[in-house]
Amino acid sequence: MDVKRYRPIAVLLIIIVFIQLICTFTGTEFFLTQIIMAAYFSLVILGLCLLMGHAGQISLGHAGFFAIGGYTSATLTTINLIDIADSGVAGFLKGAGILFLRKDIYGEEILSFSPWVAFIAALVVTILIAFLIGIPVLRLKGHYLAMATLGFGMIITTIVRGTRIFGEADGISSVPAFDLLPVLRVTGKSIYRIENYYIAWFIVIIALIISLNLINSRVGRALRAIHGSEEAARAIGIDTARYKLYTFVLSAVFAAAGGVFLTHYNGGIGPSQSSVMKSVRYVAIVAVGGMDNIWGCLFMGILLNFLTLRGFFGTLEEVVFGGILIVFMLFFPRGILKPGMITSFRNAIRKCGLKLFRMRGKSKQNAA
Amino acid sequence: MSFDIFLQYFLSGITVGSIYAVVAIGFNIIYNTTGIINFAQGEFVILGALFAITFTRTGFIPLPLAILFAVLITTGIGAAIEIVFIKWIKNPSVLRLIIITIGISIISRETAHHIWGEQVMQMPYFTGTSTSSVIILGASIAPQVLWVLGISGIIVIVLQLFFKFTLTGKAMRACAANRTAARLCGINAKMMVTLSFMISAAIGALAGCITSPITQTQYDMGSPLAIKGFVVAIVGGLGNSTAAVVGGLLLGLIESFSIIFIPNAFKDVAAIIILLVILFFKPSGIFGKKEESALKEF
Repeated sequence: MDVKRYRPIAVLLIIIVFIQLICTFTGTEFFLTQIIMAAYFSLVILGLCLLMGHAGQISLGHAGFFAIGGYTSATLTTINLIDIADSGVAGFLKGAGILFLRKDIYGEEILSFSPWVAFIAALVVTILIAFLIGIPVLRLKGHYLAMATLGFGMIITTIVRGTRIFGEADGISSVPAFDLLPVLRVTGKSIYRIENYYIAWFIVIIALIISLNLINSRVGRALRAIHGSEEAARAIGIDTARYKLYTFVLSAVFAAAGGVFLTHYNGGIGPSQSSVMKSVRYVAIVAVGGMDNIWGCLFMGILLNFLTLRGFFGTLEEVVFGGILIVFMLFFPRGILKPGMITSFRNAIRKCGLKLFRMRGKSKQNAA
Repeated sequence: MSFDIFLQYFLSGITVGSIYAVVAIGFNIIYNTTGIINFAQGEFVILGALFAITFTRTGFIPLPLAILFAVLITTGIGAAIEIVFIKWIKNPSVLRLIIITIGISIISRETAHHIWGEQVMQMPYFTGTSTSSVIILGASIAPQVLWVLGISGIIVIVLQLFFKFTLTGKAMRACAANRTAARLCGINAKMMVTLSFMISAAIGALAGCITSPITQTQYDMGSPLAIKGFVVAIVGGLGNSTAAVVGGLLLGLIESFSIIFIPNAFKDVAAIIILLVILFFKPSGIFGKKEESALKEF
C-alpha cells in the first residue's frame, strides 16, 4: 500500500479533531452543525470533481441525484404500513429487520422500512437511473451535454414538486434518525452533535479514499487521457464510453449518499434541494476548487457551503455564486488552489531556512 | 373536442410557440457567429419587459417609446456582456464558456431581483383591456395575441431579409460559415460577434415586451424560457433559424394540447422529454441533414 498517498488524510484527521476541540472549548459547538451539513454537501462536490475535473464531462443535474437519494430514503422510512402490519409478509419482513416499528411525536405507531434498507434502495435506484440517463447522455458533448443534464435535473424537480407521495411543494418531513450501528445514529439532535460530526467526516473520508484510489489507478489515468483528448484516448485503446459512464454513475452515487445522510440528519427534504440553482452551485464550487483538484474541491465545498449555511452572504448569496463563477472562469480557469501548492510552499520555507543557515554560517566565519 | 375549443388551444399554442421561436432565433444568431450557447438568453427577454414596464409606469412615456427605450437599453446590455466577458478570452473551452454564460444569467437575474423585487408585473395591453376579445371562427382571443403573432412574424421576416440582403447580414453569415476565411476577406469578425449579441438581445427584449401583457413578467422567468428556446433550437437543428420557427410553433402546440393528457404541473416536462429524445436519437435536429451532421460534433 502506498502510505504517502494517505498522509494528507492523516493531516485532515488532525484538523478535524482540532476544529471539534476548539468549538467545544470555546462554547461554539453550534458551528459543528453547519460543518456536518457542509460535509454531506461536499460528497456531491467530490463526485462532481471526479466527473468534471477528471473525466471532463459537465453535469448540470447533480442536485437531481442528490434529491433521488434523499427522496427515496425519506419516502421509504416515512411510509406507514401499519394497516398491513398483521399480515404474514409484514411479520416476516419485520423479523428480518427490513421493516421497523416506531412511534412518532404524537404517539402514533408507524411501520416503515428501516433506514439501512432505505439507504441501499436509494443507492440501487440511483445506480439504475444513472445508467439509464448516462448511456444516452454521455454520447453528447459540450453544450448538448450541459443542456441534457440540465433537462434531467428539471424533470426530477418537476416530479418531486408535482407528486403527492413526495409531498409536493412541502417535501417530506419527520424522517427518522439513521442508526448506523445501535450506538451510532445520524440525527440532528444537539446531544448527538459531536458524534454526528465524526460520522459525517468518516463518510467523507471514505469517499475521499475511493476518489484518491480511483485517480491514481489505471482508471484515473484513462480518465485524464479522455479529458485531454477523447479521440486520442480512443485511438490508444481506451474504452472511453465505459469509463465516462462508470465515473458518471459513481459521482451520482456520491451525490445520492450525500442526499440520504443529509435527509436523515435534517429530518426531512424539500424540492429546492433538486433545483437547477443547486446544481449550478455545485458546478461553481468545483470550478473554484480547481476542477481536477480533489483537495481544493473538498476545501471549497466545506468552506462555501459552511458560509452559505451560516447565512454569511445574506440575500446576495446567488449573486456571490454567479460572481464567483464568472471571475474564476475568466481569470483562474484552473482554480486558485494548485495541487503543488503545499510542496512549493514547503520548498520555499526550506530555501529560506537554508539561506538563513548559510548566512549564519557566513557571519560565524566573519566573526572567526 | 369541438372545433372552437380546438381552435382556442391551437391559437394559444402558436402564441406561446412564436415566443419560443423568437428566443430560439436569438440562440441561433449567437451560436452561428461564436459557437456559444448563451445561457443568459432568457434574461434578455425578462430585462426588456421589466425596463418597458418601468418606463410605462412613469406615466409620461408613451408605450411605443417605452418599448423602444427598453429594447435599446437591453441591446446595450447585450453588447456590454460580450465586450466585458467574452471578447478577450482566447481559445476558451466550451466548458468555460458554458459556466461564464450561466454566471452572467445568475447575476443579471439577481440584479433584476434587487431592482424590481419579487412582484409579478405586467405591461398594459397594446389595444383594448384585459377583458376585450376578438372572435375568430368561434374562438375568442385577446387582441394582444394578434400583436404577438404579428410582431414575431415581422421579427422573423426582417431578420431573414437582413441576413440575405444587407452587407452586414452577409458578413455575419460569412463569419458563421468560416471565421478565418471571413477575416481574410476583410470582415471585422470581432465586430460581428458583438453585433450578434446586440441583435440577439434586441429581439429578446422585444419579445419580452409584446408577451408581457399576456404572460406577465417576474424576475426569475428567464431561465425556463431559455430552456424552452433551447429545446426549439435543438429540435429545428442548432443554427437553422427557419427550422426554429417551425420547431417553436410545434412545441407551443404540443404544450398547449398536452394539458388534455397530462396534469398542468407536468406541462414543462413535455418540452424537456422532447429535448432529451431528440438529443439522444437525432442531435442534428429533425430538419438536420445527414451530410451536414456528419461534419459536426455533438
